[in-house]
Amino acid sequence: MSDVALLPRAAPARERPICRHCGVPVIGDEAFCCAGCASAYAIIDAAGLGSFYRKLEAFRAHRPEALETDFRGFARDLGSGVFALDLLVEGLDCAACVWLIESLLARNPSVRQARVNLSTRRLALKWQGRAEQANDHAALIAALGFVPAPYRAPEALVQDERETRELLRSMGVAGFAAANVMLLSVAVWSGHDGSMGEATRTLFHWLSAAIALPAVAYAGRPFFRSAIAALRRGRTNMDVPISVGVALACLVSLHETWIDAEHAYFDSAITLLFFLLIGRYLDRRARGRARYAVQAMLALSTGTAHVLSQGGVAEPRRFDQLAEGDVMLVAAGERLGADGTVVEGRSALDTSLISGESLPQAAVAGDKVVAGMVNIAAPLRVRVTASGERTVLAEIVRLIEAAEQGRSRFVALAERVARAYAPVVHLTALASFVGWMVLGGLGWDRALVVATAVLIVTCPCALALAVPVVQVVASTRLMKSGVLLLSPSALERLAAVDHVVFDKTGTLTLGRPELVSSIDDEALLQAAGLAASSRHPLAKALVRAAPRARAVSGVIEHPGQGLEANGVRLGSVRFCGVAKSSSDELSELWLARPGRAPVRFAFADRLRPEARATLDRLRLMGKTIELLSGDRFAAVAPVARELGIDMWRACATPAEKAEHLAQLARQGVRVLMVGDGLNDAPALAAAHASLSPATAAEATQHAADAVFQGDSLAAVGDLLEIALRTDRLVRQNLALALAYNLAAVPLAVAGMVTPLIAAVAMSTSSILVIVNALRLGAWRRDA
Amino acid sequence: MDSLMILVPAALLLGLIGLAAFLWALSRGQFDDPEGAAGRILFDDD
Repeated sequence: MSDVALLPRAAPARERPICRHCGVPVIGDEAFCCAGCASAYAIIDAAGLGSFYRKLEAFRAHRPEALETDFRGFARDLGSGVFALDLLVEGLDCAACVWLIESLLARNPSVRQARVNLSTRRLALKWQGRAEQANDHAALIAALGFVPAPYRAPEALVQDERETRELLRSMGVAGFAAANVMLLSVAVWSGHDGSMGEATRTLFHWLSAAIALPAVAYAGRPFFRSAIAALRRGRTNMDVPISVGVALACLVSLHETWIDAEHAYFDSAITLLFFLLIGRYLDRRARGRARYAVQAMLALSTGTAHVLSQGGVAEPRRFDQLAEGDVMLVAAGERLGADGTVVEGRSALDTSLISGESLPQAAVAGDKVVAGMVNIAAPLRVRVTASGERTVLAEIVRLIEAAEQGRSRFVALAERVARAYAPVVHLTALASFVGWMVLGGLGWDRALVVATAVLIVTCPCALALAVPVVQVVASTRLMKSGVLLLSPSALERLAAVDHVVFDKTGTLTLGRPELVSSIDDEALLQAAGLAASSRHPLAKALVRAAPRARAVSGVIEHPGQGLEANGVRLGSVRFCGVAKSSSDELSELWLARPGRAPVRFAFADRLRPEARATLDRLRLMGKTIELLSGDRFAAVAPVARELGIDMWRACATPAEKAEHLAQLARQGVRVLMVGDGLNDAPALAAAHASLSPATAAEATQHAADAVFQGDSLAAVGDLLEIALRTDRLVRQNLALALAYNLAAVPLAVAGMVTPLIAAVAMSTSSILVIVNALRLGAWRRDA
Repeated sequence: MDSLMILVPAALLLGLIGLAAFLWALSRGQFDDPEGAAGRILFDDD
């Protein structure tokens, strides 16, 4: 094992040594950046799995973080001492991580099964022994630098996975039948010049029927069900003409076969279903992946609280099982699982999830606290006053859902086309049936064959592929830019946006304090060593600025004031006994050492990388830009000035934000809202389209149409540009598909469409829209 | 004509075997994790 294996392949050799596990630069000739990485490396090496580091691709291993969840309650008892646990594993980036986790768990003789699914980031674990071992397994995974979270699939998702599987099975059956029927049909078509006898042809038709009819009955179920459901509600959708067309084609062909006629349309019916199922499956997959990502984030929020029982013993209890009157023991670093009142203790709470405020709030006995806040200083005892669905957090989520109802009225272009298209198709088919019977003097069965040909030719095969294929290509391309689409109609709405409203904290800026003053290395290391044991945002910023600092032991935390160890103090001006305060408005920490001058650390929130460039790009695209913040006037003005934003407003409450967006909507402005706080969530739901960073509150991400990852704001520009391109491609594809179908209609009405012509028309139009959609994948941002 | 009596059932049988294999693979979860499966073959079991 050499250090060189840890370097990314493309990077030139660096002079600075890096941590053997996570790859951040380290000081001097030390091998690791922190104790966590050292033990992760030791675990992997002791198990003889050291080749993991060579197997890593472009990714690095992650720095381990302590676990906060009790996994005991999530283990399922399968009987006879076997337990099962499903975990979502964050930080699972590549196949090497899969290999590492599976191999390492398999070393444990009690583990029966350990299987990681890289696509869904899930680990299925089964072991023989006790439920308590759940924590050992989770801790092992956490010690390697991954973040495991308990996972229970919500009912809706289980249902969804079942449906996806059914689609895939239907697709397999339809594909098999289509290939075999087509084999027979090609023989029939090439025998039309007289080289095939009538008896053989009829035999082949019967064979086709024997394959196609059961296959259609099986593979067509998703469409038949949806069509019947739509008709029951007195509507039509794309599935109605599909179902009618396919069913009619089968019946008519059966009749034609019965009377030894020349043409049967079995191949058209089954091939049509095959193509449509492909489109349907692609559509679902593109949405599914985004759903897994959100789910992963939500799963991280489920957790365990410790409840004091009558005997005074702390017992783990899942958040969803907390009851009113329970007394929770909230350790430093834990997230509150329910609303309540502090009964004992003195600490500081990180309220950023609820209010968006980046600095912590003091909490003493008698204070009301709500679920979602994180205790960052000292242990607290909290009496639960509301849990589960009755918490303030759940209330806000409900408000967002209510605001979202308004958006669900949006009807996607493809849906509008389908609604208009279905009646036209049915009328044309009916008209040609009646026309040929009454005016053309054909028998009812001949006229029905013509009508069937019309239905087959107009069947929206390319139409059904036109939109999903573009969506799949677009969402794959967006994922490369770090954007996850959460709403299927998001791209279409994003393409129509002409005004972009940004929140400030956490959106234009990173939303976390960063060290801005330059400090000598010794003081910084000493301060960061103290700070390592605190969860205060400023302390975390210090540790980020000096990741190689060694944690100092014996640190005493004085809640709301500072940290102390061996006479060295780190904290507020008063705590460190400093006389004068600085004049600027930056957040600060002081380091006081015996016999040395106190050192000041100043912190400020920084603009996201590429914020300026992104705004310029948006202006170039013709969008107007507005800044709408809940922060103070003095904090908003400099940001607006630096980014050249003329339209800006400070001190906006959540209600004012939502009202402002509603007002813009009334003026007919199509707004994209970009925000991250829970206070932005109602505004996000009220906007025409919305976007939030992946660091946003979970409920906020729920309200957004798309989520972007990483610190850079460039994803916003990419998203809008890809949305525009997608919209253009969707329109092109719809036009192509419609033109193709409409061009074939006169032929069909004239009774000239044989099964061969139908097959050619169907295939070429489908290939055309797919190839057109693939053009999007090749798009690159101009540097 | 006689050859058809053998060839057509043979083609159908082969197709059916393929279909059965697909359905078997699907029910055994072989299509659940395409990304992971792609990476897994690169590594030995140990």
